[in-house]
Amino acid sequence: MNMEEHVIIETEGLTKIYNGQIAVDHVSFKVMKGEVFGFLGPNGAGKTTILLMLLGLTEPTSGKVRVMDIDPTRDAIKVKGLIGYMPENMGFYNDLDAIQTLRFMADLNGIPGKIADERIERALKIVGLEGDAIKRVGAYSRGMRQRLGLAELLVKEPKVAFLDEPTLGLDPDATNRIIELIENFTREKEMTIILCSHFLEMVQRLCKRMGIMIKGRMVAQGTMDALAREKFGLDQNEYTLEEIYMKYFQET
Amino acid sequence: MHGLKVIFKKELADHFSSYRFIILFSLIGMVSLIISYMVGLTIKNELQGIAKPKFVFLMLFISQGGLFSFVQFVAFFGPLIGLILGFDLINRERNEGTLSRILSQPIYRDAVINGKFLAGVTTISIMMVSIILVITGLGLKMIGVIPGVEELCRIFLYLIISIIYISFWLGVAILFSILFRSVTTSALAVLAAWIFFSFFIPLGANIIAKAYVPDTGGENPEVLIRQASIQRAISLSSPIILYSDATATIIDPTRKTTRSFVLMGPFEKISQERFSGPLTIDQSLLIVLPYIITLIAITVVCFSISYTVFMRQEIRSA
Repeated sequence: MNMEEHVIIETEGLTKIYNGQIAVDHVSFKVMKGEVFGFLGPNGAGKTTILLMLLGLTEPTSGKVRVMDIDPTRDAIKVKGLIGYMPENMGFYNDLDAIQTLRFMADLNGIPGKIADERIERALKIVGLEGDAIKRVGAYSRGMRQRLGLAELLVKEPKVAFLDEPTLGLDPDATNRIIELIENFTREKEMTIILCSHFLEMVQRLCKRMGIMIKGRMVAQGTMDALAREKFGLDQNEYTLEEIYMKYFQET
Repeated sequence: MHGLKVIFKKELADHFSSYRFIILFSLIGMVSLIISYMVGLTIKNELQGIAKPKFVFLMLFISQGGLFSFVQFVAFFGPLIGLILGFDLINRERNEGTLSRILSQPIYRDAVINGKFLAGVTTISIMMVSIILVITGLGLKMIGVIPGVEELCRIFLYLIISIIYISFWLGVAILFSILFRSVTTSALAVLAAWIFFSFFIPLGANIIAKAYVPDTGGENPEVLIRQASIQRAISLSSPIILYSDATATIIDPTRKTTRSFVLMGPFEKISQERFSGPLTIDQSLLIVLPYIITLIAITVVCFSISYTVFMRQEIRSA
């Protein structure tokens, strides 16, 4: 099997400097087709900046970025069509209802009306919002908004999804639903996912490989076993991801 | 292109369903109705028993009813339409986090700002057209005079200039909504700009002219002329003056110059005194063409600044 064919996202020496401050410092990583890649790190470590560069919303200062062999800085429109981005603190138009919100996004993606309607109906059912479909999004709870964000991904059906803190501020029940939905994405839609989160339990459950970002640098990446071996030289079973993460964090 | 269409449709729907639009529209519609009703009454009374003069219909727009004429009303309060429609177009989306979401969809970034501007211009056009139609209808009924072709052309020209003028203010508002992150700040800045151009420039022009060329006591014509020309030059920097002068000439065929009497040359004075017939529409247009072109130019400049700033702004998450 040719490995190269399955590389979906690739960066090399990716660097971003904001007003003289280094936000991202020579980050190189690869994400393979169909995998969930976990992005860990404290706030302000540069995770979101990397996502924005992958999306072509922000230009890298230097370094190489490729998303499915396309350069996002050159051909942002094409890349944006392939990626579904769910930002932290996702914003919605409060006056629209769920169906209008999803239809607007479908229109922006140029999905024809009939197909969009079918996908919207199915997506709302999958995320469990079919009962609130004609309620104003402004009246939604945080969990419902996050689920609507995931419904948007289902309507867009991107090849790659970036989820930035999808469970931040949710209660355990809502968190579980989100995790199940993400699992569903990879299993049924074969989506490749980059997941940024502080909720390590979720990362441990969903991600095979992960990268740890601290102060703009990717200090480690690999499977959990590999990360654990590197730091503890022991079998990974005895450590949770949290302990591994803390170890890296304290050493940097 | 398709992104532009989607954004345009969404923005237009937003405008028409917003309370802001409904309040603004009913307020302006009401005031214009009252003005034209009062003007209509006056014209009707004064026309009784005499032969109808030319261009009666245009008087509906330029005669004062109550405090001001319709043309003056639009000159002063038209800017508010543009400013209120536009002051939070970009920064509200930025604050609510919807901007980064739209921009992460496969559309060009300029589709967002172009769509918003076009939707605003369309809203303004619909507002102005409907208000002028209402006034025209009311006038038809009240004074019973059917407007001639030339009058209709002049009203149409007036409409076009008004739309450009209000769009200029929309452009200013959008620029402020890009420059200022906070909606409150941009709202205040926009109001300040309006007050500055509509009240301070005419006032300041007078004061500066007097300071630059002090009164010598008595009535020295040279001093008066110099004062008047300085005052004129300064007030022309205000789009409100540009617009009022342009539209006053377009809508009133007997007006032959935008200059005040003091500044007229000898030939201008003679022609003004001896030939009182109205100007043809192309002649009127010729007089104010520089004004109209300036209005278009500042609108374009204002929008291109917004465009450039918006295209260069970094999209950050927070």
